[in-house]
Amino acid sequence: MLTINSIKKGIVIDHIKAGCGIKIFNYLNLDKADFRVALIMNVESQKLGKKDIIKIENVIDLDYTVLGLIDPNITIDIIEDEKIKNKIKLKLPSKVVDVIKCKNPRCITSIEKYVQNVFYLVDEAKGEYRCQYCDEVHRLEEAKV
Amino acid sequence: MLKGRHLIDPMDFSVEEIDSILDLADKIVENPEKYAHACDGKLMATLFYEPSTRTRFSFEAAMLRLGGKVIGFSEPNSSSVAKGESVADTIRTISCYADIAVMRHPKEGAPKVASLYSEIPLINAGDGGHQHPTQTLTDLLTIRSVKKTLSNLTIGLCGDLKFGRTVHSLIKSMSRYENNKFLLISPKELKVPDYIRKEVLEKKNIEFKEVERIEEVIDTLDILYVTRVQRERFFNEEDYVRLKDSYILDMKKMKMAKEDMIVMHPLPRVNEIAYEVDSDKRAYYFKQAKYGMFVRMALIMKLLG
Ligand SMILES: [Zn+2]
Repeated sequence: MLTINSIKKGIVIDHIKAGCGIKIFNYLNLDKADFRVALIMNVESQKLGKKDIIKIENVIDLDYTVLGLIDPNITIDIIEDEKIKNKIKLKLPSKVVDVIKCKNPRCITSIEKYVQNVFYLVDEAKGEYRCQYCDEVHRLEEAKV
Repeated sequence: MLKGRHLIDPMDFSVEEIDSILDLADKIVENPEKYAHACDGKLMATLFYEPSTRTRFSFEAAMLRLGGKVIGFSEPNSSSVAKGESVADTIRTISCYADIAVMRHPKEGAPKVASLYSEIPLINAGDGGHQHPTQTLTDLLTIRSVKKTLSNLTIGLCGDLKFGRTVHSLIKSMSRYENNKFLLISPKELKVPDYIRKEVLEKKNIEFKEVERIEEVIDTLDILYVTRVQRERFFNEEDYVRLKDSYILDMKKMKMAKEDMIVMHPLPRVNEIAYEVDSDKRAYYFKQAKYGMFVRMALIMKLLG
């Protein structure tokens, strides 16, 4: 049995879809961390079957928007004195600026690089966003975060 | 109030605002001389990043008939754009010289970007396959002038309904008026996109039907709006051969239609309307072009206040 010590003060990112843990790990640059970090993959989960978990022994600033975009089902526990002090449930942001790029080659953002990529949520259940400029609809799983 | 506003997407204006433009256009049609000096001393810039002689002439004629003047380019190769100037910088510079600007651009969303940096009203004159709001205003003015209403109409849209932006805008605009019905006539490969069906028609509970042949519905229509179907849009030759004649409007089909139906087309046509139809009194596609100039006159006046 693999055991990972509980943390005193820090953040637990839980209910990550199995396989997505590494994406978040990389996005948060946790490979360069000088504090204790655990990426635990393929943990049994009642809700998901299998899930990934990240434990961070430190208080860092998280960009909830981006985490929501990577996987809106993940939960974030803020830990103090080995207890969960705060649980954060993510949801898809209604407006996303400069996180995903428009993949429509006919879009003005493909040639004018100073233009911010702005997307509006059109379908929360399907995770669909519409580009402010060309109206192309992007599915989150296809979008590059 | 439309003074100082931009027109990028046909949905930028409310129904009331669109009606006010059409009302003014009607007045101009009745008495164009009265408006010959409405824009004296005003300057319009036409920024055409791709050539479109028809649309540019329509805007230029509109401004000149209002007494205003026009500057601009129709060949980006010969302007500072060729040196790599951004849309944002071009419009900021033009804002210093002109009172109103018109932009046509091959990239979708370019006029939207420009509008974020523009100090003067900006009109989208077509951005790639995306939006062409003044074509929609033209279509609305044509329908209203002939039918005296924009409600209670049965509208047939025929041809390439998948990529035809004028069709999408017309459906969105006409679905804002009461009790209109749509008959969507296209090969199955070229049906209207899902979002039009779901977000516009089904969401608003609007009556519509999708069919493959004009003959199935032409006798019920008040308006038949024809667009091009190109051979290369079909996925296989068999379907093309099977359907090709059903997308050409000829007198045989016109005989099945109502006496007061009108035929519209955003032009240019290729072969989807037979020349024999041109002399039928129900053919409105060339008159449509004239309405296009009048509606642009009204739009320019409104945006300049
Ligand atoms: Zn785009």
